[in-house]
Amino acid sequence: MPSTDASPTAPALSVSLDGVGRSFPASTAGEPDRRVLRDISLEIAPGEIISLLGPSGCGKSTLLRQVSGLDRPDEGVVTIDGSPLVGIDQRCAIGFQEPRLLPWRTLEQNVALGLPHGTPRSAGRERVSQLLDLVQLGDAKHLRPRQVSGGMAQRASLARALSRGPGVLVLDEPFGALDALTRLTMQDLLLEIHAAEPATILLVTHDVDEALYLSDRVVLLGTEPGERAGSGAVIRSIITVPGSRPRDRGDSTLAHLRAELLQGLGVSIHHPAHTF
Amino acid sequence: MARSTSRTVAADSTTEPAATLVQYSSQFGYSAAGTATGQRRRGGSGRRSPWLIALGAVLPLLILGFWQLTASLQWVPAYLLPSPASVWSAAVDLAERGYLWTDVGISVQRVLIGFGVGAAVGLVLGSVVGLSRVASAFFAPTVGALRAVPSLAWVPLLVLYIGINEDSKVTLIAIGAMFPVYTTVAGALRHVDPHLVELGGAYGLGRFQLLRQVQLPAVVPSVVSGLRLALAQSWLFLVAAELIASSMGLGFRLLDSQQNGRIDRMFLVIILLGILGKTTDALIGLLERYLLKRWG
Repeated sequence: MPSTDASPTAPALSVSLDGVGRSFPASTAGEPDRRVLRDISLEIAPGEIISLLGPSGCGKSTLLRQVSGLDRPDEGVVTIDGSPLVGIDQRCAIGFQEPRLLPWRTLEQNVALGLPHGTPRSAGRERVSQLLDLVQLGDAKHLRPRQVSGGMAQRASLARALSRGPGVLVLDEPFGALDALTRLTMQDLLLEIHAAEPATILLVTHDVDEALYLSDRVVLLGTEPGERAGSGAVIRSIITVPGSRPRDRGDSTLAHLRAELLQGLGVSIHHPAHTF
Repeated sequence: MARSTSRTVAADSTTEPAATLVQYSSQFGYSAAGTATGQRRRGGSGRRSPWLIALGAVLPLLILGFWQLTASLQWVPAYLLPSPASVWSAAVDLAERGYLWTDVGISVQRVLIGFGVGAAVGLVLGSVVGLSRVASAFFAPTVGALRAVPSLAWVPLLVLYIGINEDSKVTLIAIGAMFPVYTTVAGALRHVDPHLVELGGAYGLGRFQLLRQVQLPAVVPSVVSGLRLALAQSWLFLVAAELIASSMGLGFRLLDSQQNGRIDRMFLVIILLGILGKTTDALIGLLERYLLKRWG
């Protein structure tokens, strides 16, 4: 077992997926199992930010659940820092698309939910207030979730994930439910958090720009052309995003990658360059 | 989510009470649900203005005035409708003889003990059935069938087994109080936002911690509205129990007065039942207000 010490900055950990696959029983009896993922192999270096991109329903969230320990793959193994992952793990924290804050707790108490078990009270309080400052909620810590905006709630949810002291931070469309402007500020905040608490981050997104802006590598999931839909999604391509963060949102090389990714997602881009 | 749960639960339990007295209970069910959601909408911070509180006293005063008018103009003969003054003097008379206090005291005691026991059993049974699929499959059909038995049908059995004494009355009240609590708690626990339950799991909460930190707080509003329903049921069953076999208490006084033609005392008992029921309900309302502020 890894140590459960609550030191403020746990080191980022490597993640390795080796031939991961997941099937679900068919909804009608007699049908073959519905295969969602197959042959997913990926090495993620400590501190890397990886975006999972793919068409709706292709199994991105399912893959995330394998890495967070909420679900177990029926093929292959997930390894974190060299030791296999079985079930919910202290080394991993998950953030959901919805903030999922407990409505009867203040933001501060919600963040404290993430603290590792056995954290001394005073150390825990200090850690929580440090994290609330990091996500710029220091002034709102005594408010209830229903009293704050969606963006604030999502920040509290990020702070809660961080309070677990994770080596790997798994985020399922963390900014998907936010308005466009809030999303941009949250992206910058995530990068600040990453600089301050360098966990390995694996995030699912629908937003190609978000993926390019945030990540070191973008992993495109999808079914292989010619395969029928039930054969399971594989890694279609892995794109290394050039340059280093913070990136220029208007960078022209990114625009090129963006077109490539959108095409990979099956979206036509209606760009003049493609009409000659 | 929580709001819709508590509403469906409360509405659901209105289909539940014994067939004999459906109307009264269902009416109460709606009012309990309305209070709970209404307070949540105000965020627990709104205080009703004194004018609105005073408005609630207008109708009783109008009724009292009309009653007095009816009695003094003799629109209805006095053996059918006593005057307010004669009801008051009946109260003073019973108080002086000491009967009033024994009747009120013993009835309140029966309600409180029966309600306490019934609510406790309902809480435990509801929690077990609400939390475990297996327990639900095992218990729910049987409890549902027992609940469908009109509660007064238990009386002859209770009298046979326990006898005509305090225990049989308290038992009947406990039966009446148990089912609303059981239904609301089991339903609410089953419908705790699955997202929050999954969240608890993802953050490593064990079964007990999950119950303590997520599931129980999430059902507090429903539990309180279940308790409110149960308390109303308790008064209902108290009168049923005392009407059938007892030598003191408000229900006994009611029946006794009918047999002696003391309509003034009958009115007195009915008014007392209304006041006592409303007072205990208001006390639970205060508790509800506090709990919703804390957990809602």
